Amino acid sequence: MFRRFRELDRPLLGVVAALAIYGLLMLYSAGQTDVPTVVATIWLRQLVWLVLGITCGILVFRVSPRLLEWAAPYVYGTAVFVLLVTLVFGSGAGTAAGSRSWIALGGHRLGQPAELAKLAVILMLARWLAARREPPASLRDLVYPGAITLVPFGLVVLQPDLGSAIVFIAILFAMLYWAGAKPGMLLLLVSPVIGLVLAFSTAVWGTWIVLLFALMLWIRPYLWEGLTVMLANIVMGVVALPFWRHLAPYQQSRFLAFLNPEADPRATGWHIIQSKIAIGSGGWFGKGFTHGSQKRLAFLPAQHTDFIFPIVGEELGFAGVLLALALFAALLVILVRLARRATDPYSSFCVFGIAGMLFTHIVENVGMAVNLLPVTGIPLPFFSYGGSFLLTCALAVGIVLRVAWESRQSGYADH
Amino acid sequence: MKRLTPHQLDAKARGARLLVWAAGAVFTVAYFRVQILDHHKYDVQSEYNRLRLIPLPAPRGVITDRHGMIIAENVPGYTVTLLPAPEDSLRRRLQRIASIVHLDAAGIERVLQRFRRAQYQPVVVLTDAPFDVVSALDERRLILPGVVIQPEPKRHYPDSSAVAHLVGIVGEVTDQDLVTRRDSSLRVGSLIGKDGLERAYDDTLRGQDGERFVEVSARGYVVREAGAAQTLYPEPGASLRTTIDLDLQRYISRVFPPGMRGAIVALLPSTGEILALYSSPTYDPNAFVGGVSPEYWRALNQSDARPLLDRAIQARYPPGSTWKLAIAAMALKRGTVTMGSRMPIPCRGGMQYGNRFFRCWSAEGHGSLTLEQAIAQSCDVYFYQLGLKLGLTSLLEDANALGLRSRTGVDLPGEMASQFPSGTEYYDRLYGPRRWTSAVSLNLAIGQGENSQTLLDMVRLYQMLASDGKSRPPYLVRPPTTEPTYDLGLSPDQLAGLRQAMINVVERGTGQGARLADLKIAGKTGTAQSTLGINHGWFIGFAPADSPRVVVGVIGEYSGHGAALAPLVARVIAHYLGADTTTARYQFTLPSDSAPRDTLLLGAPPDSLPHIPDSTRVPPIP
Repeated sequence: MFRRFRELDRPLLGVVAALAIYGLLMLYSAGQTDVPTVVATIWLRQLVWLVLGITCGILVFRVSPRLLEWAAPYVYGTAVFVLLVTLVFGSGAGTAAGSRSWIALGGHRLGQPAELAKLAVILMLARWLAARREPPASLRDLVYPGAITLVPFGLVVLQPDLGSAIVFIAILFAMLYWAGAKPGMLLLLVSPVIGLVLAFSTAVWGTWIVLLFALMLWIRPYLWEGLTVMLANIVMGVVALPFWRHLAPYQQSRFLAFLNPEADPRATGWHIIQSKIAIGSGGWFGKGFTHGSQKRLAFLPAQHTDFIFPIVGEELGFAGVLLALALFAALLVILVRLARRATDPYSSFCVFGIAGMLFTHIVENVGMAVNLLPVTGIPLPFFSYGGSFLLTCALAVGIVLRVAWESRQSGYADH
Repeated sequence: MKRLTPHQLDAKARGARLLVWAAGAVFTVAYFRVQILDHHKYDVQSEYNRLRLIPLPAPRGVITDRHGMIIAENVPGYTVTLLPAPEDSLRRRLQRIASIVHLDAAGIERVLQRFRRAQYQPVVVLTDAPFDVVSALDERRLILPGVVIQPEPKRHYPDSSAVAHLVGIVGEVTDQDLVTRRDSSLRVGSLIGKDGLERAYDDTLRGQDGERFVEVSARGYVVREAGAAQTLYPEPGASLRTTIDLDLQRYISRVFPPGMRGAIVALLPSTGEILALYSSPTYDPNAFVGGVSPEYWRALNQSDARPLLDRAIQARYPPGSTWKLAIAAMALKRGTVTMGSRMPIPCRGGMQYGNRFFRCWSAEGHGSLTLEQAIAQSCDVYFYQLGLKLGLTSLLEDANALGLRSRTGVDLPGEMASQFPSGTEYYDRLYGPRRWTSAVSLNLAIGQGENSQTLLDMVRLYQMLASDGKSRPPYLVRPPTTEPTYDLGLSPDQLAGLRQAMINVVERGTGQGARLADLKIAGKTGTAQSTLGINHGWFIGFAPADSPRVVVGVIGEYSGHGAALAPLVARVIAHYLGADTTTARYQFTLPSDSAPRDTLLLGAPPDSLPHIPDSTRVPPIP
């Protein structure tokens, strides 16, 4: 055991450990408010989750990627089943009290299955993509991985938790990219969604359709595929307005607030403005650890979960932000390197899928804090409070460490 | 990996890394922009976000009497304010604390109305919160958002109604005040002087409000005081030393006949310093501190007696016989008469002039009198002839030259100017040219006719008689001018003659009620008819007669003959000079002066005075 520990990938372990400690410190700070709330001791609970996560991570580390590959369909099936159960029996919590994203047993909320389902999707996609002999070349090749992704995606959208659901799509795209799918084809795949968003203006949408046509002439898909994509785009343009009306008011207002947060500062834009004030008032070196006034006075919404990063900005300033960004960048670069060096395709896909998942979480969370991206409310890895996601991350790190260890064992590490 | 060559894989990894670095670069730029380039903007927003400004009212300056005794001071009080919030949540907060601060639905609306006048400012809920309310609110501080309890100095007048017309009242600034006063330091909720000295010297007394900041949480709970460095402490108003002799003022308020409407003024003849100024009925100025109750305000305004009226400067009365000294002084100055001159027609109870018989107040008549005797006996017939001899033009000219149709310029707000014709054109306008005769000068000569004077203006006339014949404008804090404004133009002998005549008034004339055993008082009674047949009485006197140190004048509405007021003046003078008052005679009545013309109306005679509660002292809060 100890010998194996020394053979672990030290850069990864170091960066993850640094992030975990950094995150726990910020979570501790998030609880230090002038009017103490339940958040005050939440870092202790996160610590318990962390210990649990490390234990699970060690267990997963001991599991061979072969076994994971074999078990992937069962894990995936279980995940889908639990998501179904959640949809029927789930409960809401905190700011998302209206949704059904929690699984509860006897009144105790156990966790959010959507987080663990992300890992299940990664394992399942890796298994399917690794089994293929060649990169997906046509849209027909994407039907199966698309289905793997869309089932949990749909179940999570129905909760409804659009933010988490989008992560599934991001994972799919990351892994298709890693499998060698042409970027242009991926663009065709998302084109209906882009068409949907651009449909708010007829002129912009018309331009988009022309561009799409040019893109198709360049990629030259099969005729029926091209027709399907075109048709999907046109349908999206037509249904955009009814779809917009179908969105829940909070989703509509979040989107509008993203476009103009000052419009209604007391309602939806409040989160974004308070977040920017907290970050902006931090300056170069911040107001000092636990001394952020915005945080202390509870101006930050959800400051222990979705909006924990503004605390970094407020208390530790630009320097603290840069440190966090550097750690995240290092983590992602290490993951890409490990994916590249993996001994077998399945392991490689797993690692890259995990990288894609973490990347999505980080970019979305850090981006929404300064209004670069709309507010969706997905947690920041290692920082945000949340047992399920921390467990997911710990398991992911366990898998990656095992993959790294295997490639090291096979002499692949040092070239 | 069989499908992709290591070379292809490397390219993919490079692409992935590129994406990571690109995202990192975008975030670095974005955070740099927010944290470094826009730092100042967000820093300011952050400060305003958490800090709420609360004005700290400056304590008003203390008003003292000439010896430093306190007339107006500040006592500790507590105000309860709510931090600004949207109106709906403010209403909810008010409803939550309503039971604690004893607010009914109408009270809540009043508070909200105040809030609408100055949104973004803390709104005052209670200006003078009792201690139990303060402690009840403080206990619930953590669950009551936006409630701020603040110690605030509260105006207090220890002598309450005895000094009411002097100090005036303070009150919350109105929208109109904000426009008219053009003072940028005024804000909604500021206390300003509304009347009396508080108003006249408001700029001096008010001081400079400070401000303090409290930190609030996102939900508006007051978390704590911001650092002391953030607090701008108020500058207290400057204290005001007045010329008032508080002891005398108190004495007057005690001895002034209860139920009588009128006023007393006492001043120093040599300087014009006002020693006491009292108007009756009076009111409780403490009741206005922190907002007057609607009931009390209604009682004050609906009362026939008009307690808010300062009868020393804001009411005019026909001067009656007190005016005879003015006529005598004019005639002496013009050389028309000497103190020993007699008139051609002796008094037989009246005299015929034109087609009309002008009566003297004494039906038996006074016979032939010198000027000195005529003053002592207040003989109307003598003064009818003196008025004719002086001539209307001269009479009007001289009265104007003595300032008897103007304000004294006393440093109190709302002083009325005395009324007197400015010239003969007045009669042309009133009756038409050549439609009137010089008979008007007969009335003017005895203080009737088109003549009404404020008490203070008449006292100023006697101040000239009591000093070197020159007028010193009466004042309470700062004289409007240090130079004498008017001059009787009399020689010392002539002045001495007039004084002797006034001594005779008290010694054996109409003012015997003011006679004291060991003090020579000079004075003159006056009686002016009102429409209701009950006369207004005057008595103005000074003492010691040979070198006067105090002039005291009193007007009593419907008090009958002025002689009835002489003992009051004597007591006041005696109290001030420390003399014995035991020999003063109280019951002394004479038939009234004749008065051909009805003049001033001031409501009905007193039958019921408003109930005015005593000043209620608030127990200090530990």
